[in-house]
Amino acid sequence: MLVSLLMLCWSVDFFSSSKPTTVLITVPAEMINSLFLISHSGDIFLEKHWKSVISRSVCDYFLEAKEKAGDPENVAPVLQTPHHYLISIYRGKLFFLSVTQTEVPPLFVIEFLHRVADTFQDYFGDCSEVLIKENTVTVYELLEEMLDNGFPLATESNVLKEMIRPPTILRSVVNTLTGGSNVGGTLPTGQLSNVPWRRAGVKYTNNEAYFDVIEEIDAILDKSGTTVFAEIQGVIEACVKLTGMPDLTLSFMNPRLLDDVSFHPCVRFKRWESEHVLSFIPPDGNFRLMSYHVSSQNLVAIPVYVKQNISFLETGSCGRLDITIGPKQTMGKTVESLMVTIPMPKSVLSVNLTATQGTYTFDLTTKVVLWDVGKLNPQKLPNLRGSISIQTGAPKPEENPSINIDMKLQQLAISGLKVSRLDMYGEKYKPFKGVKYVTKAGKFQVRT
Amino acid sequence: MQEWASQLCENRQFGSKMTDSKYFTTTKKGEIFELKAELNSDKKEKKKEAVKKVIASMTVGKDVSALFPDVVNCMQTDNLELKKLVYLYLMNYAKSQPDMAIMAVNTFVKDCEDPNPLIRALAVRTMGCIRVDKITEYLCEPLRKCLKDEDPYVRKTAAVCVAKLHDINAQLVEDQGFLDTLKDLISDSNPMVVANAVAALSEIAESHPNSNLLDLNPQTINKLLTALNECTEWGQIFILDCLANYTPRDDRESQSICERVTPRLSHANSAVVLSAVKVLMKFMEMLPKDLDYYGTLLKKLAPPLVTLLSAEPELQYVALRNINLIVQRRPEILKHEMKVFFVKYNDPIYVKLEKLDIMIRLASQANIAQVLAELKEYATEVDVDFVRKAVRAIGRCAIKVEQSAERCVSTLLDLIQTKVNYVVQEAIVVIKDIFRKYPNKYESVIATLCENLDSLDEPEARAAMIWIVGEYAERIDNADELLESFLEGFHDESTQVQLQLLTAIVKLFLKKPTETQELVQQVLSLATQDSDNPDLRDRGYIYWRLLSTDPVAAKEVVLAEKPLISEETDLIEPTLLEELICHIGTLASVYHKPPSAFVEGSRGVQHKRLPGSAGSGESVESPDTGSAAGVSDAPPAVIPSQGDLLGDLLNLDLTPPATTGPPPPATSGMQLGAMDLLGGGLDSLLGGDLGGSSAMGAGFGAPPAAPAASFSAPVSGGLDDLFDLGGGVGMPMGAYSPPKTVWLPAMKGKGLEISGTFARRAGVIQMEMTLTNKAMSVMTDFAIQFNRNSFGLAPAGPLQVLTPLSPNQSIEVTLPLNTVGPVMKMDPLNNLQVAVKNNIDVFYFSCQYPISMLFVEDGKMERQVFLATWKDISNDNEAQFQIKDCHLSSDAVSNKLQGSNIFTIAKRTVDGQDMLYQSTKLSNGIWVLAELRVQTGNPTFTVCLKCRAPEVSQCVFQSYDAVLKN
Repeated sequence: MLVSLLMLCWSVDFFSSSKPTTVLITVPAEMINSLFLISHSGDIFLEKHWKSVISRSVCDYFLEAKEKAGDPENVAPVLQTPHHYLISIYRGKLFFLSVTQTEVPPLFVIEFLHRVADTFQDYFGDCSEVLIKENTVTVYELLEEMLDNGFPLATESNVLKEMIRPPTILRSVVNTLTGGSNVGGTLPTGQLSNVPWRRAGVKYTNNEAYFDVIEEIDAILDKSGTTVFAEIQGVIEACVKLTGMPDLTLSFMNPRLLDDVSFHPCVRFKRWESEHVLSFIPPDGNFRLMSYHVSSQNLVAIPVYVKQNISFLETGSCGRLDITIGPKQTMGKTVESLMVTIPMPKSVLSVNLTATQGTYTFDLTTKVVLWDVGKLNPQKLPNLRGSISIQTGAPKPEENPSINIDMKLQQLAISGLKVSRLDMYGEKYKPFKGVKYVTKAGKFQVRT
Repeated sequence: MQEWASQLCENRQFGSKMTDSKYFTTTKKGEIFELKAELNSDKKEKKKEAVKKVIASMTVGKDVSALFPDVVNCMQTDNLELKKLVYLYLMNYAKSQPDMAIMAVNTFVKDCEDPNPLIRALAVRTMGCIRVDKITEYLCEPLRKCLKDEDPYVRKTAAVCVAKLHDINAQLVEDQGFLDTLKDLISDSNPMVVANAVAALSEIAESHPNSNLLDLNPQTINKLLTALNECTEWGQIFILDCLANYTPRDDRESQSICERVTPRLSHANSAVVLSAVKVLMKFMEMLPKDLDYYGTLLKKLAPPLVTLLSAEPELQYVALRNINLIVQRRPEILKHEMKVFFVKYNDPIYVKLEKLDIMIRLASQANIAQVLAELKEYATEVDVDFVRKAVRAIGRCAIKVEQSAERCVSTLLDLIQTKVNYVVQEAIVVIKDIFRKYPNKYESVIATLCENLDSLDEPEARAAMIWIVGEYAERIDNADELLESFLEGFHDESTQVQLQLLTAIVKLFLKKPTETQELVQQVLSLATQDSDNPDLRDRGYIYWRLLSTDPVAAKEVVLAEKPLISEETDLIEPTLLEELICHIGTLASVYHKPPSAFVEGSRGVQHKRLPGSAGSGESVESPDTGSAAGVSDAPPAVIPSQGDLLGDLLNLDLTPPATTGPPPPATSGMQLGAMDLLGGGLDSLLGGDLGGSSAMGAGFGAPPAAPAASFSAPVSGGLDDLFDLGGGVGMPMGAYSPPKTVWLPAMKGKGLEISGTFARRAGVIQMEMTLTNKAMSVMTDFAIQFNRNSFGLAPAGPLQVLTPLSPNQSIEVTLPLNTVGPVMKMDPLNNLQVAVKNNIDVFYFSCQYPISMLFVEDGKMERQVFLATWKDISNDNEAQFQIKDCHLSSDAVSNKLQGSNIFTIAKRTVDGQDMLYQSTKLSNGIWVLAELRVQTGNPTFTVCLKCRAPEVSQCVFQSYDAVLKN
């Protein structure tokens, strides 16, 4: 201890005799030059430039890559062109394509683009071409407010909403009649306080705080039903409508479960580290308080089992399908909204199936069998069976289709996570509190 | 345009009355005229609607610049929305209407004084966006005020504005002192202002690589770390990226920074997480491996990386590219997380391919069964590219994890049984590699492979199959038939297959000469006479001549035992990996190329290196030994790329190993001659290839200087020369190293005496010291540090004094040095300030190193380059010196100098005076050119030095003098 302290003193001392050391650095300047919005068919329908104007012909490189990829979801998110880098995301059948000229952290750009899409969704209810076109001026104002010279400026939804009010039918009518504006005239209060996510002077007649614990099971099961891989992605979505500056503390029965978490900036990390409670001044309205990840190291309960047999005959251009689904580890809850999706090989012509429960459809163009089962009844297991016909002359399909399962279990967090209490400090009133749990299937796949 | 119009019409039907789409309806001819009238309307509301229409047209790329004056007129208004809209318009069109833009200046200046901070900020922000030179001079005063505004919102906006202004007029920004104001903002009380100041400085620094803009010292670092906790997520990214450039003083500082950065790993914004990972990965290098905290940190890194993989696919992709780097550098972080990389069938293809790559990197004996089961599953997927890569991955597993090879081979055989064409072909290609790694082990499968011969239609697979047939010709009964069948369509094959076929048939012939004479004749004539591919023809001729002159030699050459292929040929080369680790989260990390390779106009992009570890014995030169040992016992051998190979050849160490004392005098001269012949030959061969034909002439023909010295000396017969020869042969021919001198007398060192010298041995600069303990107590805990110096000399590792130094004991220490340390010009140039610490105190001393130890091995310039450079350097940079009392012949001189990496390029004799032209390269890339005049019988030589950095001439001369006189 003493020695290393000495060492520290020594280095400082030694260098203080010469000129103060300066380190030359070249940091990538995070900058987004331009944004293009492109429909999934390839129309560029909006452009915004934060620095000098870049011709939209730069999008040709992207459109070419899109053409090559076939499926729009398969377009690589980072592309290099002779003079620019194109970083894009695909959201709501739209491409958000940003153009940069210098080395920039791509995650920064991608995160920002998702934030833009989130904001559009928040403002217009959906992030679609039609809605964006309908609101171009607002979109332009928003983009201008979100980014300045390529640096993000205001991306918190509550800050933005104070500066640019979201369009509502009522406000539009009022504005047209009174000449009012949908741009805020004062500096958003949250912008500068040390709680930038919350505006001051919030008032509600009904004070309420609701938390939804939503867990998704990502799993891959193999042919025999053994778990190849399973993990749980959880989020806690909050809807907090509380007057003033409430300071909340949310505690769990079993916080040790959570070893891999990411928090909303409002959560005090130190408290979490020392006491394993979430202590925070909440943003106003809806927000994601935390997300967590229960890793594949732990055992993950799998609520259903799937007995399946999909086979294609060597000759005769046909095959058979037989799927039965039953409950496995449901913790006493009912499996609801059960849905089975099977993308068939391209050479499949049609299917002739019978479902003992629910209905099935077969999409002729995408070759996807969709079986909407509904509630899973443990007494009478749902079954789908029948024959598959293949184009005559086509060889036996080489690949085995995967089965994708969707389901929901109400009032259950499959990881076992439980909220024990919510305390409020800083305000005097008594709020309504509530916690809801739900478990869903995320990417839940059964291989055949 | 047509398209747009139709879309707009479509839009019209969609749009309700209340939405902006109504602004698109005016696409008629008189549109501009109408808008003009509306803009000049008295009614506020009408004005606003008109501006909205203008903006709407602008967003879809219509030219509404004609309305500039009318829109600018609307600017003077109390209505904030209208003001904003006008500003939006201005930013877009100011450039095309600079004169008009000036009209707006007054309003801007006025708005910068507005009581509402929102308006002040908006004005200064917009002014910065108007990229017109003329407007900038008006901007200065308002900007200066705004940078000192009482409201932090205005200050943070103004900070960004400085960067904008710098982009338009850098000089102005410097002259006005804005950079200093910006630097002051780093100490601002508001974290958002700090973050923006850092961002702005970073952007400016990029175009100004030589300015010390971001002055990172422990104090500023502390400020940044404080701001890090409180600023927005974007600000955190700026600050973390800036922190990553700092080099902590020692492991304690590094640990304390790491401790303060780790909470960022739990941030919801993935870019923040990855930037934090970068800082941690870099600073971790400095932590001793035995530190508890080191292990804790390693554990903390895994969960956030795994979490990144559950984000949107685009984020996943970038994360995966970076994880690929991280697992190569520190495989221990994710070694238990194999499963998260398992591929889901609906992952986008770009995610699938990356996951696969990482799975192979993480494959080990412990998890190979799982990995193989997965890979086999993937081989039946739909996507052809993915399936191919999966099959290839099985082969890579076999090569990487020896214990699994057998299982891999049987999996591949299963896949071949599927008869799916591309699967079979891919499998054959990888089986070839498995054969190369484990010869004589799996040849039993050849029969199965041969069954699929006909289905192979891809060149790579055909070539692989032919290679297998040729390599194992003696075990395949019908090898000749198989190869003959390929030969039929020889001219239709791709070059790859043709070359392979040629080699395979020659191998076959050497193995079974009796039955295949005809076949080999046939292929040789096909390759040499009927082909116009130079590679093929040349290879054909080489085989032909080999076979015709000496079949035994041919056998030895062609059937020579080949080295096994290395475990992972696809690993990123370690120095590049180090650099890329410093660039985690950037585009460089996505492309796996250094930024200098692709960033356009990358002025002064620096090669970043990881800091060396302080506590552990790990040196900077071999930073990956520790981590590599984590995956496999043997460090992975990397096949160097073409460029490196060439570099290595040129760098051939020509000096005999002098470390073990003088070599036996009788052989030394010859040895040197032989080595030189090789060196000279190679140099000129390569030189000829690169530079042109004339150097070729000098290639083998003209003997280089050194052998000339040994052989011609007796002929010339002079007494001096004979004497020289003796002297020359008897001496160790390594680089000159001065005798040790006392650097730190015991009086000043509280009993510690240090004497030392510098030497260059086998291309490594070494500091050789004798530490003597003249005190009464034991000395321990030695450490050394250099001050910044002219050539960036720095210890390449810690000072290795393993045992305590007891009283009256001496110890010899050799410290390898590198030249990548910080640079500062010293006076004299070769002065080095050193600090040595032990358990008693810290001692400072300075010493001077002979500059000759900085002369690098590849300092031999090509003749033509030499000539051109000599002419190119102006005469002002020429310096002349006299070397007195030197009794050496010119050949002995060049011989001796070459030992210290001063290379003689040419020799001319004019009037009994020998002129030697010599070149030398310093470790920092400075070339020194010399002309040395030696008059037979005259002990005074004249040396004339030319260099682009004339200040080194004096030092170089001293080296000449020292080398020649010792």
